[in-house]
Amino acid sequence: MSTITLASKRRRAALRTAAFMSPWLIGFAVFFAYPLISTVYFSFMHYDGFRPPTWSGAKNWTYVFENYPYFWPALRNTLWLVVIMVSLRVLFGLGVGLLITKIKTGTGVFRTLFYLPYLAPPVAATMAFAFLLNPGTGPVNSILEKIGIPAPGWFNDPSWSKPALTLLALWGIGDLMVIFMAALLDVPQEQYEAAELDGASAWQRFRYVTLPNISPIVMFAVVTGVIQTMQYYTQPLIAGKVASGVIQGAGTQFEPGYPEKSTLTLPQLVYNLGFQRFDYGSACVVALVLFALSMVFTAFLMRRRGGLNLAGD
Amino acid sequence: MTQVLDKPVGVRAPASPAARTARRRAALEWVAVHSLGVAAALFFTLPFVFVLLTSLMSDSQALSRDLIPHTWEWGNYRKVFDTPGFLTWWRNTLVYAGLGTVLTVVSSVPVAYALAKFRFRGRNLSLMLVISMMMLPPQVIIIPMYLFWAKQLDLAGTLWPLIIPMAFGDAFSIFLLRQFLMTIPNEYLDAAKVDGCGDLRTLLKVVLPMARPGIAAVGLFQFFYAWNDYFGPQIYASENPGAWTLSYGLESFKGAHHTDWNLTMAATVLVMAPVILVFFFAQRAFVEGVTLTGVKG
Repeated sequence: MSTITLASKRRRAALRTAAFMSPWLIGFAVFFAYPLISTVYFSFMHYDGFRPPTWSGAKNWTYVFENYPYFWPALRNTLWLVVIMVSLRVLFGLGVGLLITKIKTGTGVFRTLFYLPYLAPPVAATMAFAFLLNPGTGPVNSILEKIGIPAPGWFNDPSWSKPALTLLALWGIGDLMVIFMAALLDVPQEQYEAAELDGASAWQRFRYVTLPNISPIVMFAVVTGVIQTMQYYTQPLIAGKVASGVIQGAGTQFEPGYPEKSTLTLPQLVYNLGFQRFDYGSACVVALVLFALSMVFTAFLMRRRGGLNLAGD
Repeated sequence: MTQVLDKPVGVRAPASPAARTARRRAALEWVAVHSLGVAAALFFTLPFVFVLLTSLMSDSQALSRDLIPHTWEWGNYRKVFDTPGFLTWWRNTLVYAGLGTVLTVVSSVPVAYALAKFRFRGRNLSLMLVISMMMLPPQVIIIPMYLFWAKQLDLAGTLWPLIIPMAFGDAFSIFLLRQFLMTIPNEYLDAAKVDGCGDLRTLLKVVLPMARPGIAAVGLFQFFYAWNDYFGPQIYASENPGAWTLSYGLESFKGAHHTDWNLTMAATVLVMAPVILVFFFAQRAFVEGVTLTGVKG
């Protein structure tokens, strides 16, 4: 008798779990698994959205890697952004986080001011920066010229467009500041006192007490930063569009990555191939490259040792 | 050494040279830290100030290199509201963000609860898949998704392809809520069970009231995700200006008024303002949410 109740109890528990999980189970199947498999399928098909898809073997793959002139610049830009933009963001975020823990007067005001730019909608923030950094009429360059510093061309100059995007990214550091601040306040105070008794300098205290304690958070910031860079889409697109003076819906084709492909990222290629050239097959190839890169970094994030233990209890 | 020990407690000793340099160093540090703070504050706020100032300039002055308006053109804001479509974009944005937020919270809470408190086979695997979904760039699956909504359900030109999926749980919200629910002690759940509460009752009567801050954080994040979303409306709504959202329409604003930086910046202010306003009412929920993503592993 007891075995029967045990079995029915177990079945009830399984049903309960399934019921609670059901929204996500459906969502996972319909909005994740199915489209992911379809992306693989379409990457081997020739499909323009009108005529039925036809098998094209590896043609899309060779096209993207060998003949599509935007792919390698986009990959190179992504690497630039991953190495330079992400590391500057982490360093600056840590610096601002440290600063905010040292500020003793008006902390709330400072924290709010530092945090606000993070909230600015990306399109609005990018349009604002495209205006601020406009070489002709922007306030930044007019100030720079007044104090005698040669003014760069920012979003209109291929060698300055990525630094301009980086500046925009540094402006929106609020989330990292909060995370670092929480981590810094969690460092056990006794360790600082012990280090001070041993005569450690400020730098030594930072190097041997602070850093080891917050290293998991630094790691987390780096890896999530890299994943965010894999999705970097709105800011480079808007910056390029505004700087090149393209008018939406006026029939002017936007040259992706203006100026000179310097602001291209991989997500932009999916849009360009799929929704401007109606070459859905090749768009899926780029999508899969993006998928592979993102999953490598996600796996890194979820590794039990080293990164944050996201999945553990 | 003995001198220090002999000092009577509670009476301030005449400042020794060492104490004076220490105090001077502390004062110097205070000044240095706060000057750095002011410099950083300028970096973070000046862009807002310049945008605001430009939004109040006349057409011709906005094209000059002046920093401060000669005449304060408050009428610029009226012109923005009079632009055809602008009010429609507001309405669409509120529908997308409002409906999307409600659907996300309702569908994500039970999933997060199960992942946080139920023990079942495949729980860790599910959680890992949730995290993978969270990390996935939306562009990876956009081609089949677009074909599905546009060709099979004929919903291109509307925001429904963006709203409907939110009724099936959002990975980021599930993860964030799960992190929050983990912090609720199991004793409360056991006590509810002893009192004869079923799972659903326990969730509704015991867990939800305690999870209010977490739900507020998730709701806010989801609301602003939709408010800020550019890619989604670009894919599904671009061909129908009647379905545009503020974030998507804002860019076309520049097109409608080629180089009218003053009106463009006024529109920019109007898109940023609600976000910043809500932040002032819900600061704690925001900060709580951001910290949950990073710190409490």
